[in-house]
Amino acid sequence: RKTYLSPAKKLRLSKPSKSAALHVDLCKATNSTDALQYLLQFARKPVEAESVEGVVRILLEHYYKETDTSVRLKIASLLGLLSKTQGFRPDCIVDDIINTLCNEKSHQVLAQLLDTLLVVGTELPDSPAVRQRLVQVSCKHLSDTYFGVRNKCLQLLGCVGTVDAPLSKDVRDVQSIISDYFGDQDPRVRTAALKAMACRLLSDDYEQVRSAAVQMVWVLSQLYPESIVPIPSSNEEIRLVDDAFGKISHMVSDGSWMVRVQAAKTLGSMLQVSPHFLEQTLDKKLMSDLRRKRTAHERAKELFASGEFSSGRKWADDAPKEKLDTNTVNLIASGACGAFVHGLEDEMFEVRIAAVEALCQLARSSPTFAEKCLDFLVDMFNDEIEEVRLQSIHVLRQISTHITLREDQLDTVLAVLEDSSRDIREALHELLCYTNVSTKECIQLALLELLKNLNKYPTDRNSVWKCLKFLGSRHPTLVLPLVPELLSTHPYFDTPEPDMDDPAYIAVLVLVFNAAKSCPTMPALFSDHTFRHYAYLRDSLSHLVPPLRVLGLDPVDSGSASGSVESAQLFLQQSLNRISTIQNLEAPGAQDLLNFTIRDVQRLGHLQTQLSGAADFCATYLRCQLLLMKALQEKLWNMAVPLCLKQNVTATAAARQILEETYKLEFLYGGLENRQIATIHHVRLQAKALQLILSARTRQGLDPLISSCEKFLQEIEAFQRSFLTELPHLHDSFVDKLLELKPRISACSSVELVKILQTTLRQSGLLQLRLPEQIHRATATIIEPTGESDNPLRFTSGLVVALDIDATLEHVQDPQNTVKVQVLYPDGQSHVIHPKPGDFRKPGADRHRLITQVYLSHTAWTEPSQIEVRLLLSYSSASSSLSSSKHLGWSDSSDGLQSPEAVVEGTIPFSKPVKVFIMPKPARR
Amino acid sequence: MPEIKVTPLGAGQDVGRSCILVSIGGKNIMLDCGMHMGYNDDRRFPDFSYITQNGRLTEFLDCVIISHFHLDHCGALPYMSEMVGYDGPIYMTHPTKAICPILLEDFRKITVDKKGETNFFTSQMIKDCMKKVIPLNLHQTVQVDDELEIKAYYAGHVLGAAMVHIKVGSESVVYTGDYNMTPDRHLGAAWIDKCRPDILISESTYATTIRDSKRCRERDFLKKVHESIERGGKVLIPVFALGRAQELCILLETFWERMNLKAPIYFSTGLTEKANHYYKLFITWTNQKIRKTFVQRNMFEFKHIKAFDRSYADNPGPMVVFATPGMLHAGQSLQIFKKWAGNEKNMVIMPGYCVQGTIGHKILNGQRKLEMEGRATLDVKLQVEYMSFSAHADAKGIMQLIRMAEPRNMLLVHGEAVKMEFLKGKIEQEFSINCYMPANGETTTVTTNPSVPVDISLNLLKREMALGGPLPDPKKPRTMHGTLIMKENSLKLVSSEQALKELGLNEHQLRFTCRVQLQDPHSDPDTLHRIYTHLKSVLKGYTIQHLPDGTVMVESIVIKVSSSAEDPNTKVLLLSWSYQDEDLGSFLSNLLKKGLPSGLC
Repeated sequence: RKTYLSPAKKLRLSKPSKSAALHVDLCKATNSTDALQYLLQFARKPVEAESVEGVVRILLEHYYKETDTSVRLKIASLLGLLSKTQGFRPDCIVDDIINTLCNEKSHQVLAQLLDTLLVVGTELPDSPAVRQRLVQVSCKHLSDTYFGVRNKCLQLLGCVGTVDAPLSKDVRDVQSIISDYFGDQDPRVRTAALKAMACRLLSDDYEQVRSAAVQMVWVLSQLYPESIVPIPSSNEEIRLVDDAFGKISHMVSDGSWMVRVQAAKTLGSMLQVSPHFLEQTLDKKLMSDLRRKRTAHERAKELFASGEFSSGRKWADDAPKEKLDTNTVNLIASGACGAFVHGLEDEMFEVRIAAVEALCQLARSSPTFAEKCLDFLVDMFNDEIEEVRLQSIHVLRQISTHITLREDQLDTVLAVLEDSSRDIREALHELLCYTNVSTKECIQLALLELLKNLNKYPTDRNSVWKCLKFLGSRHPTLVLPLVPELLSTHPYFDTPEPDMDDPAYIAVLVLVFNAAKSCPTMPALFSDHTFRHYAYLRDSLSHLVPPLRVLGLDPVDSGSASGSVESAQLFLQQSLNRISTIQNLEAPGAQDLLNFTIRDVQRLGHLQTQLSGAADFCATYLRCQLLLMKALQEKLWNMAVPLCLKQNVTATAAARQILEETYKLEFLYGGLENRQIATIHHVRLQAKALQLILSARTRQGLDPLISSCEKFLQEIEAFQRSFLTELPHLHDSFVDKLLELKPRISACSSVELVKILQTTLRQSGLLQLRLPEQIHRATATIIEPTGESDNPLRFTSGLVVALDIDATLEHVQDPQNTVKVQVLYPDGQSHVIHPKPGDFRKPGADRHRLITQVYLSHTAWTEPSQIEVRLLLSYSSASSSLSSSKHLGWSDSSDGLQSPEAVVEGTIPFSKPVKVFIMPKPARR
Repeated sequence: MPEIKVTPLGAGQDVGRSCILVSIGGKNIMLDCGMHMGYNDDRRFPDFSYITQNGRLTEFLDCVIISHFHLDHCGALPYMSEMVGYDGPIYMTHPTKAICPILLEDFRKITVDKKGETNFFTSQMIKDCMKKVIPLNLHQTVQVDDELEIKAYYAGHVLGAAMVHIKVGSESVVYTGDYNMTPDRHLGAAWIDKCRPDILISESTYATTIRDSKRCRERDFLKKVHESIERGGKVLIPVFALGRAQELCILLETFWERMNLKAPIYFSTGLTEKANHYYKLFITWTNQKIRKTFVQRNMFEFKHIKAFDRSYADNPGPMVVFATPGMLHAGQSLQIFKKWAGNEKNMVIMPGYCVQGTIGHKILNGQRKLEMEGRATLDVKLQVEYMSFSAHADAKGIMQLIRMAEPRNMLLVHGEAVKMEFLKGKIEQEFSINCYMPANGETTTVTTNPSVPVDISLNLLKREMALGGPLPDPKKPRTMHGTLIMKENSLKLVSSEQALKELGLNEHQLRFTCRVQLQDPHSDPDTLHRIYTHLKSVLKGYTIQHLPDGTVMVESIVIKVSSSAEDPNTKVLLLSWSYQDEDLGSFLSNLLKKGLPSGLC
């Protein structure tokens, strides 16, 4: 080994006073605590580059003498600090450190020495010889028993090893060495190994590798978010999740857009990151000619705070202020700095969308971040791609619980109301529903802009009203001071009564009434006509105008409407219970009871909107029973066949109607359980039995009868198969009785079968209906066309005209496959149009919006005439069969599923038809 | 050591007349050939006499590459090619080739027709010059000659702006021209792959600036225009014909479309119409949005923007007018400004920098009374706004590009010296690579360490194959015998026979002989026989012959035995082998030095 203190060196060393002083100090130190104190003092002072080497020698000398590990540890860390001194080439001390490494016994000191080597390695990136030595050293110590040492070795390997150059024959390439440690028994070592690998791959040449590396870093950060990692080149330590966040943020400015998308998406899911790092992502230190500049956002905020509004009048308005120290400016910002600023400005809209989504996720978990990212999201409202604009509006809505908009921000948001895209406007209305604003000026501003919007796009009426409803109910105290102005009342003079049909006036009233709901002092400010208008609107637009406790108005109306849901439910249940007293279908008075119950239930549905689905369902079911009852009580059963043709016709019609109703029951209502479906199928079986009996009576010849009998038997079997679990509940029902007689039925002739059916049908009791938790009826409302237009849509016959359709669907599952548009022409022609899946939007849970165009065409007419447009819900019995797990679209299902039952397909109209005036003109020559 | 030399003739620590000479692998390339806006004398053009004092440049330059159509990058091109004289290839992208002559012609008109200068290039010269241009496509590798190849990358900045990757053998240089790392409304962001060039020559206009998000600027701009229009005011936007004008047009056009606004937008005619035509054609050079939607509608076919007529300025009602030139110093924009200046409802928005002395500069500095010619004064009542839309990379963008390309050295041009100094420090600190910033006429030399490719003759390879051994693996080095011939700049590895034949040399035989003394109490022939049997047992698989003339031959090695004169028991073995059998020969001599085993008969 070399001698470390050759006399010549000593001579040179004695010159710098600092090192000499240290030397003296250390020699004086009698015990380790003293020495440690001296070292700590020394570490606080800076050392000039030329004396570093001398100091290092002295430190090493003491290192060899020292027996106390803590002092050795301190010296080792000092060595690392010293090697970072500017202008000092640490290659001369590499050998020394490696030598000490070989003699060291303490694991902690070993780890610290390796850390020092790591620093040296990063300082000397261009010296392959040093790198190779370092790699060898770290490979040697990889077999250490202490995890910290192995950890440091892997870090060192990751830092100094190069990807492409296999270092030497006996040393395998770094990748494989590192990957060996993926299986280490200590999780901390495994983490270090993975990290060393992943961080190096982040700068790989190939985008797939980088993309995978991003994912790997992310996985690591999720697995060990709290482990502490050191930052190379400084001796700070941060949480792993923060480090990973910084690294991934860096990838947001990668060269490949695929990687950028991935990085932006990944950032969104790193919720554990500390707020300090998170906020950096929105910070891009602006400077101009080396002077710190404030961002436009900051300026806007200050202007707002100072009360001044317009900005940018002066040329050098954004003139930079303070002078920056060139050393502190970090151009490749370490870590997260400005990641989102870059992501949101990216060239590819995919990256921008990913960044917006990530912002959303992060903001939802951190209110302070939400406040900060607001400005950026608002800026995105001005993106060139509509999808991005829409997405950012949605995101703002999702985080709106955390934020309160400032006036200037609201101003920018409201500017988007003039957008010509309906989706954007509606998304914005939705956003405003959930927004908190801070001042009454904001409310005024919002109202003003919404009215402007209403004026420009009258079709937005409903959406604007709804928006104002929420705005009013959220900010009653802010609306209160505005009321006189809004209603243009005057303390002394009567003002003219506004036009009741003016949508803008209605909009104002909606705002005021909703605010008044939780602000009892407000109605005092109303004038007489306001109360009248209230009464009118409360009737005509009851979903927008809440019940108010208004003096002089009859409060009974509002009182009864707000009857509790529980009592209504109870009533429904009682009605159903009453029905169950009916023993069998021929019991006297049963029909009357059913009739009354149906009436009651229907009325209940109207009163209590929450139960309307359930009430409708019950009523329909009971109506089926009633029909069945009536059909069975016809006199025809006792008469000879030829005499009762007419009655036969009504009975047949009843059977058909019951069948139709059962399909409605099954497919139009959401939330049904297996039990209800069994009940519905049961009714259907009864109807089919009725049909069979009727056809046996009317039709001559046995052959068709035999085949329909067989079909019926098959259906019974299918029923038994599918509802095996439900059979116990069907006690004493039609099916139950049939199944009892099953051996007899399957053996007997068809004539006999008909007879058995007839008697069981008449004797079987009424099946009790049990309601599930929630039943929703699928409904559709066509908003456009309104059907009010008197101007016919003129077009040349033989060519097509596009008709815009806008409808809202509620409680429709899978509307893309089931909802169709039917067009009925006056000549009886009907077209069914299947809208594109893209035409369906989902603005909320259980709600869909269909905005589509249907093409109409017809030969020439002499007069304009009306066509009918309505929406159909298509169904297929195969899709409901419980055995089939996941059915295909209804049109494909018939060939896809070979169920024994014949697949029944059909459509149920579920919206009110709308009439459209059209006029195909003959083509001009 | 091979070197790459870079000498800026213009744009070295300066902005304007970009012209950079690069010598790489024996090739000389001129990058850009621009003029300086600030001078009207000889300093306007780069000093081509640096290349040669007398006559034409053709033999000194292998090619000229123009990065984009701005005059400070291509303004001196006709002067260089037609008046100084250059007939070699000139490379530029398709859009640059299309738009460049329009700008050159405009430049010529202003200098010759308006300022009355003589000794300037003519229209014909521009045409002749453009005939020498070879167009480039993005990412297309073009072989200038057998060794020199160039490849263009997208640079943003203006339509058709490109960065060029120049490669000779394994040495390479990337020149960025002007570029922009943040996309705007009509162009995308610059992009380059990790080509690891030896030198990256980058512009550094905004070396010390980090810019605010462009969305804020856009929003501000749109808000101002919108407010003014709603008030019923007229908005004047003075622009230069190409570049920013198109960006702002798109911005306003889409805004009008989105907001369903009805107020007319006009664009003063002239250069613009011609240029807009090219913007419509070169869709592939624009950004994602325009590229994706042009099938439905070409964004440059403006629906709301119409050509301006002088009479429209007096029309009542709100309107927006784009008018040239950008600094309000002359022409249509000034005329309109005079008409509208009196009404406080109106607004003028300056979208770019204004040179001192122009009206634009004055009003931006808040002057409210302007003196016009003929002692008339003009009260400026309209609102004056300033908006900076600039398409150069800022400091962060430059660093981002360095990270993308991973160059070994960095060279800054097209910027101010002080600002470059700062960036240089940062680059050296962050990437620990060398960074240079030569002044005009100063040469930077960078030594490179290229790998030298060598041709290997097929025969030699086949022979190597025939010798057996593992099959060649492209990832592993392998040693073989051969002769390296360096002839006329090319390197060849051939077998020695072929080398002799090609060079017309006689083969020299080289034989090694050595004497080995051996203690052996036998007669000479016996000893020889003993040696023969010994070798036979040791060297299996070699041909060993005992020749009747008293020698043993192992392959081509001859062994003779003679007794020493003094002691008959000491035998002297004479070994002789040729250079080719050196391995076997030295093995044999070592073997025989150990003596013969006693057990031999």
